[in-house]
Amino acid sequence: MTEVFMFSSIEPMVPEIFMAIAGLALLVLGAFNGDKAANQIGWLTALAITVTIALLLQTSAQPQIVLNGLFVMDQFAGVMKLLILLGLLVSVILSIRYIADEKMARFEYPLLMLFAGLGMMIMVSAHDLLSLYMGLELQSLALYVLASIRRDNAKSSEAGLKYFVLGAISSGMLLFGASLVYGYTGSTNFLMIGDAVAQHKEIGVLVGMVFLLAGLAFKVSAAPFHMWTPDVYEGAPTSVTAFFAMVPKVAAIALLIRLLFSAFPGAIIQWQEIVWALSAMSMAVGAFAALRQENIKRLLAYSSIGNMGFALVGLAAGSGEGVTAVLVYLVIYMIMTAGTFGIVLSMRRNGQELEKISDLSGLSRTCPTSAYALAILMFSMSGIPPLAGFFSKFMVFQAAVAEGFYGLAVFGVLCSVVAAYYYIRIIKVMFFDEPVAMYDKGTPFARKMIVGLSVMFIMVFVFNPSPLVDIRRDAVTVFFPHG
Amino acid sequence: MMEIGLEHYLTLAAILFTMGIFGIFLNRKNVIIILMCIELILLAVNINFVAFSSFMGDLKGQIFTMFILTVAAAEAAIGLAILVIFFRNKGSIAVEDISSMRG
Repeated sequence: MTEVFMFSSIEPMVPEIFMAIAGLALLVLGAFNGDKAANQIGWLTALAITVTIALLLQTSAQPQIVLNGLFVMDQFAGVMKLLILLGLLVSVILSIRYIADEKMARFEYPLLMLFAGLGMMIMVSAHDLLSLYMGLELQSLALYVLASIRRDNAKSSEAGLKYFVLGAISSGMLLFGASLVYGYTGSTNFLMIGDAVAQHKEIGVLVGMVFLLAGLAFKVSAAPFHMWTPDVYEGAPTSVTAFFAMVPKVAAIALLIRLLFSAFPGAIIQWQEIVWALSAMSMAVGAFAALRQENIKRLLAYSSIGNMGFALVGLAAGSGEGVTAVLVYLVIYMIMTAGTFGIVLSMRRNGQELEKISDLSGLSRTCPTSAYALAILMFSMSGIPPLAGFFSKFMVFQAAVAEGFYGLAVFGVLCSVVAAYYYIRIIKVMFFDEPVAMYDKGTPFARKMIVGLSVMFIMVFVFNPSPLVDIRRDAVTVFFPHG
Repeated sequence: MMEIGLEHYLTLAAILFTMGIFGIFLNRKNVIIILMCIELILLAVNINFVAFSSFMGDLKGQIFTMFILTVAAAEAAIGLAILVIFFRNKGSIAVEDISSMRG
């Protein structure tokens, strides 16, 4: 059974192909020019990502499966890829100045982000366990190196080592699950797995599915598989932490949605219970463990665990509304995180970066603009109306209640009240504590822009939420063709 | 004479996988042992894939194994590289020394 090769058979993956070629070309450029070219390569990477976005917008959103069932391009993939690329672009732009300030400007840095992004694009389009694994590993291998990019720093190398060991275990569990699913359904293709599961649910397939879910929960950093997150977030350079908090989570949740709704819709009763438990535990860990953190990066790590818990509430609902809510949640979460890290990256005094919460004290007097921006972001994260963070939480809980998950919704709201304590504590430190010395001047324009746009979005979302929600709803119809 | 069937291979793979996981969590000495355990896990998965593939007469599993072997090599290279920079900073690769961050 041989197919004749035609361009149309790889057309849906033009953005990925371009990204790969651009990354390799920039790698050659970097190899010839060395670390002096780090700045140019950073901006060229941003340019390459922009071109990829343009190519992605040209790609047709008609569902197409190419490469013998390995790769799927549909509206869901398109929307998620756009989100991933925008997050990637923001992370690269936020990083360029930071890595120069921290004297760790190596040309590999933006390229590793680019290749991690390529892995995420493949993850989102995976339609087979093989492409799922290859995409996930391309992403993870690049992320391990990024976490330990500051070679002379003990914390950064420790973060990289921890991330590597736990990431490798999670890949191992995921693969073990993949092998069982392959053995008991006879295929690695999502559609064929879906057919086999719908006809006959063997215990082997369910065990395999649980292993797959555990492996992916590691990547999403859902409790009880979250233990790497705080250490990696604290140890990695702040610009890398910003990237970790924004983009890989989105890709992993997208992959989770794709896997659960196209390969295991027949086992929805079983996986709903697992997602339910992951979600409840993540919300609890995110709310309670963050209460006694003094380091802002660690605090944001626990906050991201909690946020993933809230996003999984929508997934546990298992309905079209639920998945729509998850996607809206991810968009808003990503925008809030971008803004928050934009401000955290500018916390520097005498050329040293600061990461204690107490270093924020009196910010409202030394730098009122950042203080008000961060206050709005924190209010939004804690879910106070009329900011965007309220609506994202509202939508996931609404979806959960509509499907009868009252307990989970009530528990989620309670956790969000507990979490509000530490967000509001940051505001209290900024507005009511005695000021310490000023921060260094000279925040780059791009970083101010990103913070400004993010705060704007959070404030105006309330006036016109429907475009975003409608795009997400269209994307979800891929999995729910009848409603 | 005993016939060696699919279940024997699966049991072997399951035992190796469990040994790998336990090796990582119970080992308190050396990070190199953790890297060996990771390899053990991946090889257990490979046995599973090859056994299923051969008993079903389907090649996909063996192709998957080739990919896993390749990625495992890349993963080991990156793991060792990270271990080298960790050793340069700390002067030790004992597991109990990977603990400067807690909470």
